Amino acid sequence: MKRKTDNRIDWETFSEGLWRDNPVFVMLLGMCPVLAVTNSATNALAMGLATTFVLLASGGLISAIARYIPKQVRIATYIIIIATFVTMVDYVIQAISLDLYNALGAFIQLIVVNCMILGRAEAYASKHRPLKSLVNALGMGLGFTFALLCLGVVRELLGAGSLFGVDLFGENFQPWVVMVLPAGGFLVLGTWLLLFDWIKQRKTQSEGEELHAR
Amino acid sequence: MSSPAMQKRAPATAMMLVLTGIAMLSGFLVVLTDQLTAPLIAENQRLAIEAAVSKVIPGSVSHRQFLLSEGKLLPFKKGEAGQTIHAGYDAHGRLLGIAAETGAQGYAGMIYLLYGYEPSCECIRGIKVLKMAETPGLGDKIMSDPEFQTNFDALDARLDSRQTALLHPIVTVKHGSKQQSWEVDAISGATISSKAVGKALNLSAQKLLPQLKPLIPELEAMGK
Repeated sequence: MKRKTDNRIDWETFSEGLWRDNPVFVMLLGMCPVLAVTNSATNALAMGLATTFVLLASGGLISAIARYIPKQVRIATYIIIIATFVTMVDYVIQAISLDLYNALGAFIQLIVVNCMILGRAEAYASKHRPLKSLVNALGMGLGFTFALLCLGVVRELLGAGSLFGVDLFGENFQPWVVMVLPAGGFLVLGTWLLLFDWIKQRKTQSEGEELHAR
Repeated sequence: MSSPAMQKRAPATAMMLVLTGIAMLSGFLVVLTDQLTAPLIAENQRLAIEAAVSKVIPGSVSHRQFLLSEGKLLPFKKGEAGQTIHAGYDAHGRLLGIAAETGAQGYAGMIYLLYGYEPSCECIRGIKVLKMAETPGLGDKIMSDPEFQTNFDALDARLDSRQTALLHPIVTVKHGSKQQSWEVDAISGATISSKAVGKALNLSAQKLLPQLKPLIPELEAMGK
């Protein structure tokens, strides 16, 4: 019974990263790429997927070999593993599209120091079975991608009048240029945080009232 | 020397073994990915250059890359010193133009561009921004603004009588005040970026064209 609860993979394992502990909207981790590369939906999606891949690969590997790693060198080991997968992603993106690679710039290499990935390695992957870590990493990665898309879609719509590079509003649209500049990143992120916090608060409030009524 | 069983218990050895193992695995994975993606990346880069050269030498169908070093034309080799030039030929092997890279400091970092020079009209026929970090919506119009692009339909780049410099240096002028064929009409609101384009073209044309001029017959013969 006890073992079962420890290694059971349920919906919560996956959904944790999507909603309750969303890396961007709740934990506020990895803010650097969140603000920097979300000036278009395409960039946001590519960055999200690249990060998801690194999360999955490093999470799986770390979880599989965690018990052989002496605890004094664990951070160094995690960083080497993460850096390896980031370098692989870097090459693969160059092979897929040079335009995309130029648009993402240094932020692909900077996935190495995305604190969310090291955080998941240390706090989750090293303490759970590989399969469970993979499911959790997938949830976290998709949650991160979802958050990046939230920002990217809004910023591209307002700042360039297009979505995934497709023009939507025609000639007469006056782009709101500030939205694709760094300042727009902060504005949109702040608005999303406000919205998510409000939804969360309403939920916990009603749950609390329910508990009280009982 | 201690037995393997004893080594395993020593923490320092375990640490070294783990780190060495991970580093080897890491090296293996990175080299593997590099080997698998290298041809694709090279092909992508070739296509990007090809597309850029086609844009600045209108009508060209085949391109050849050369190195210009001390007034001599050398076959292109990666990593060798000298200015890289791209010669564009039409379907019959006639030389249409020569493209070269240049760059200047813009508003936010360097602006790198490729421009096409046409020997028959002694003018610049097109530019393509290769890399820049100009402000979106303002400075980056140097890439997209159609009116600005018309500056380079036939930008005068004739050499003076001594063939050592441009007859008229290429200059960027205030928006709407272009009078001469060697002037670049700036984009209003993006003057610094426009000026950088003019400066980059002038800088490179002043240096490159006098060297290039005597080599034109040689380049023409290469297409045949």
